[in-house]
Amino acid sequence: MGLALQIVEIAKASIPAQLADARVQRVNLKVGKMAAVVPESLRFCFEVITRSTALEGAELFIEEVPVVARCRACDHEWTLNGPVFRCPACDGVNVEMISGRELDIVSIEVEKD
Amino acid sequence: MEIKVVRKVLDVNDTMAARNRELFRSKNVFVLNMMSSPGSGKTTTLEKTLALLAPDVRCAVIVGDVCTTNDADRLARSGVPVVQVNTDAFGGDCHLAAHVIEKAAMDLDLDQADLLIVENVGNLVCPAEFDIGEDARAVVLSVTEGEDKPLKYPLMFRVCDAALLNKTDLLPHLDYDKAAALENIRQIHPQMPIFEMSARTGAGLAPWVEWLKDQVKHKIR
Ligand SMILES: Nc1nc2c(ncn2[C@@H]2O[C@H](COP(=O)(O)OP(=O)(O)OP(=O)(O)O)[C@@H](O)[C@H]2O)c(=O)[nH]1
Ligand SMILES: [Mg+2]
Ligand SMILES: [Zn+2]
Repeated sequence: MGLALQIVEIAKASIPAQLADARVQRVNLKVGKMAAVVPESLRFCFEVITRSTALEGAELFIEEVPVVARCRACDHEWTLNGPVFRCPACDGVNVEMISGRELDIVSIEVEKD
Repeated sequence: MEIKVVRKVLDVNDTMAARNRELFRSKNVFVLNMMSSPGSGKTTTLEKTLALLAPDVRCAVIVGDVCTTNDADRLARSGVPVVQVNTDAFGGDCHLAAHVIEKAAMDLDLDQADLLIVENVGNLVCPAEFDIGEDARAVVLSVTEGEDKPLKYPLMFRVCDAALLNKTDLLPHLDYDKAAALENIRQIHPQMPIFEMSARTGAGLAPWVEWLKDQVKHKIR
């Protein structure tokens, strides 16, 4: 619920003044595969809290971002298929996540009626 | 018409969390965020932990609960200041957000505390995303939950600094594959210390309490 509320707040604030009565058709998100987000529940919360607002019926479009990690020991960079943070090149465990935690609003799409 | 936004969904929370972190630093208090599924044993572990920390470490507690005050009552018996946050008042949230912690902290005398422990709402999903300004995070997992739980909630286990495998007193009665559970945690976070314990009997608590004391000492010296 917290996440959906934040998304709605940001989306509303992003509607330009000259389009104040515009309807938002779509909200584009970038969500890392490691982000603690369950798309179905996010969509459900979003739908509930946008009823009778400028965002009612808007689609939540989620672009998934793969998890990429880098080994601090040998600089190897790779894309993870599962949550295994061990370097496949040197077996090192000092690994940082370069991407995969994203939780960003990229854009909104509006239509003036 | 597409309008570029490019903002972090958790922008506002992150900003508040940074403010909390600054407050806790200025008050010289170490903050621990305790998380787990419902019923893994956060409150029980905390009760035992508080007893072992006194009198060396002066503690305070913020406990989040969806609607009851039971946990706060239990913890208050330890004699430490406890603030209860009913997340219901904030829309039945399944996590504690930074602004909730900021408000709760106002009801505590942080000058009198070295360690503030936050018992988060029982949930392995959202609390992993919501920074509250803490210095360390601990996740409690009990042996009555599936061995694959870490794999289902990898972010939680990745962002935590310690894992507590609780209810080990029940192991003789279960066919729990402890080695598999430990391996699943290690895959996600190889360097994270894992403390096996029974909050009920107190077995295995000492190493965890020592670790925590060490963390606190490092920050507040
Ligand atoms: N056998 C056994 N039971 C335990 C242990 N630790 C906790 N319990 C029991 O597990 C139940 C839940 O414990 P709590 O400490 O309330 O768990 P919690 O994580 O605080 O629960 P919520 O705050 O509701 O999410 C209680 O009935 C405890 O008595 C343990 O080490 N062994
Ligand atoms: Mg509890
Ligand atoms: Zn490597």
